[in-house]
Amino acid sequence: MNTIVEPHLKTKAECKNFNFHYGAFHALKNVNLPIYEKQVTSLIGPSGCGKSTLLRSFNRMHDLYPGNRYEGEIIMHPDDTNLLSKDVDPIEVRMRISMVFQKPNPFPKSVYENVAYSLRVRGVKAKSELDDRVQQALKGAALWDEVSHRLNDLGANLSGGQQQRLCIARALASEPEIILFDEPTSALDPIATASIEELVTELKERVTILIVTHNMQQAARISDFTAYMYLGEMIEFGVTDQVFIKPQKKQTEDYITGRFG
Amino acid sequence: MSATVTAIHVLPSAKVSDRLRKKPSRHMKERVIEFLLFGAAMISVFTTAAIVYILVKESWIFFETVPLTDFLFDTQWTPLFDDAHYGIMVLLSGTITSSAVALAVAIPLGTVIAIYLSEFAPFSVREIAKPFLELLGGVPTIVYGYFALVFLTPLLQKIYPDLPGFNLLSAGLVMGIMIIPYVASLSEDAMRAVPMSLREGSYAMGATRLQTALRVVMPAATSGIASAYILGISRAVGETMILAVAAGMQPNLTFNPAEPGATITSFIVQVALGDLPHGSIGYQTIFAAGLTLMLMTLSFNLLGYWLRKRFREIY
Amino acid sequence: MQPQDLQAIRALIARAKRWDAFFGVLGILALMVGVLTFLALFVDMAIQGMGRIDADFFTHFPSRRAGEAGILSAWVGTVLVMVVTAAAAVPLGIAAGVYLEEYAPKNWMTDIIEINITNLAGVPSIVYGLLALGLFVYEFGFGQSILSAGLTLALLILPVVIVATREAIRAIPQMIREGSYACGATTWQTVSDHILPYSSAGILTGVIIGMARAIGETAPIITIGALTFIAFLPPLPYTGEPPAGMFDWLFAPFTVMPIQMFNWTSRPEAAFQVNAAAAGFVLVLMTLAMNGTAIWLRYRLRKNIKW
Repeated sequence: MNTIVEPHLKTKAECKNFNFHYGAFHALKNVNLPIYEKQVTSLIGPSGCGKSTLLRSFNRMHDLYPGNRYEGEIIMHPDDTNLLSKDVDPIEVRMRISMVFQKPNPFPKSVYENVAYSLRVRGVKAKSELDDRVQQALKGAALWDEVSHRLNDLGANLSGGQQQRLCIARALASEPEIILFDEPTSALDPIATASIEELVTELKERVTILIVTHNMQQAARISDFTAYMYLGEMIEFGVTDQVFIKPQKKQTEDYITGRFG
Repeated sequence: MSATVTAIHVLPSAKVSDRLRKKPSRHMKERVIEFLLFGAAMISVFTTAAIVYILVKESWIFFETVPLTDFLFDTQWTPLFDDAHYGIMVLLSGTITSSAVALAVAIPLGTVIAIYLSEFAPFSVREIAKPFLELLGGVPTIVYGYFALVFLTPLLQKIYPDLPGFNLLSAGLVMGIMIIPYVASLSEDAMRAVPMSLREGSYAMGATRLQTALRVVMPAATSGIASAYILGISRAVGETMILAVAAGMQPNLTFNPAEPGATITSFIVQVALGDLPHGSIGYQTIFAAGLTLMLMTLSFNLLGYWLRKRFREIY
Repeated sequence: MQPQDLQAIRALIARAKRWDAFFGVLGILALMVGVLTFLALFVDMAIQGMGRIDADFFTHFPSRRAGEAGILSAWVGTVLVMVVTAAAAVPLGIAAGVYLEEYAPKNWMTDIIEINITNLAGVPSIVYGLLALGLFVYEFGFGQSILSAGLTLALLILPVVIVATREAIRAIPQMIREGSYACGATTWQTVSDHILPYSSAGILTGVIIGMARAIGETAPIITIGALTFIAFLPPLPYTGEPPAGMFDWLFAPFTVMPIQMFNWTSRPEAAFQVNAAAAGFVLVLMTLAMNGTAIWLRYRLRKNIKW
């Protein structure tokens, strides 16, 4: 695998020889991947290539289900913590790395409480602080103008695109170091999709973004770096333009030109 | 897209150590909570163990005095007489007779209702019938007992004047009606679990609803239906108050429902109502009787459970 | 097809359809057996007993004179026993349900717990009475008291509460849990902030059904020795001379509604039968109301899911 090294970019996290097993199935094979700080990195590849599996390893979601096994490391900088280590509490990992899911999953609570939840689990209780940070998060998710007058409405009453932005606000509220997006627009209509894509491009000024998408054009539109995966392996990684215009590997080219997948 | 120099991103050190400091106490709290919840779940295990322990321990006193062969084969049950006999068969005959009557009512009616609700009934009928059956099953058994004694027995006596005021027939019939909801709802669950595709295959051949129900659905749901029957049996065997009120509590070795009789369960009630001191043989008989009852219902329950697991696995 | 074949087939179909129609009628008849029994029971008790029900009935103690007997000690006893039952069964049942759904690993220990719960659901109520007799009354020394009765019934309805809790929790989509964990919540935070609030209605339904069952139970309470003729109330805290302690009522002798009815049913005098009918009517109304509420709640829940 050829990486184009970017010496002037700081690495926020990197996978080192990362392997993952679902029970007996070897789902991710020797993945090595740098995630650059305040850049958008996208993971693309056909169904079953392991991109979601890789994404969910970053915030230790696999720990919720039995029979899964991590091998290798995912190092987080600047403190050089191995997120996969048994000594590291997954709760702590999730406090530093947030996630937005494929299907918007607002809690059956009010808009305010949905966003405030990330803060409450961190022990933030003072109403004034909560109010402030909720407002900031909703602004950051480009939702504040639409909901500022109905913060007590149920989150589920919002439209699909708004719900997803609510989930993004929830992810932002805790000021994470990385936000993981798992196919965030696949359940949304084109207009909502466009607004989310615009939001992602704005957000990268503040936070590192790792996004899984099955839509190549989306990856081309919004990401700085792209990683192509196939059958659990990292086939190619590089600057997005390079990967799409001049892929180094034939496999990548085949996928991008639509010969399969 | 060219890479740009980014500002150096430094985590405020206060935040990092704050999170790390919280970890041990948060972890501890989680472990304690999990342990408490686990304890609550384990109560079920302790209860079973306690049942076994108490029944065995208290019957021990009984079986030290009364040999097992007597218990199983004696044909009289007169624990309170000077010449005491302890043949459990007497009580068992009451249990078996009343349960047989009950099941003769509950199994056919329950099955018919189950087939009807699962394969025939329109949605509106189902929506009313199912809650109604639940209400029927929720009537306290003492009320059913009263009904059997005060309403049904006189009614039956009009047809069959020789029927004694206390009899196993009345109690058995009412018990049967009480068990119908149980048999019906479990059987219906089993039948509903049969996939539509099987039914469609049958209808596509020109079969009617009844033919499909009897020839395709019921055979496919056999384990579940058998499990429903067996759990119904278990319920009948374990029932107490209907028999205590309507069948008289006179031990009587008979299989004729037109006679009064005591069952294992109503005998226990009779002794509990009386004045025998704890520790006396007469008193400890209730634990021996209870042990017998427990073994019977346990075997039925295990069988029913195993059958139900099998039918769930098939689909 | 030949015309006579067609005729033969049509005759066959007609015959089969007649059977279908016949079975449709049979099904309704079978249901009618249940309906008629229920009506007969209800109406009979109403006719016999309703005349007897007046304010005095609820405020008098039982008496040897049928006309003056009332269910005061019985319904107070029922209420007190139910308080103990609920206090024990609800927290334990919910805790066990939460453990099994959110915490328990898939191993043999969990299997054993689940088998036990299923098994206990099928144990006859009188065996619970024997258990309570040996364990609560004698071994633990609680005596023939409200405490023993309440704990016995709590064990009896525990499987009902546990199963209801588990079903209510299972209805919560996995996405909500993942959303909570992704915010950095611990398991307990997820349970207390999300799982329990969202499943509370379903759990409540199960609790009501369990309590309705407990109210009508007679056999276990007789077995632990509730007396059938109680003409006094358990000592409520701070009442009486000298003032009763906070928990004295837990250890007092007592009776409950079903036992009072049983006692009256066993008396041959017609007047007591009337009393029994009246008590039974009250009892049936109570259980109907509770079961009806639970069914209605469940119906509302089904219409109201807002994931």
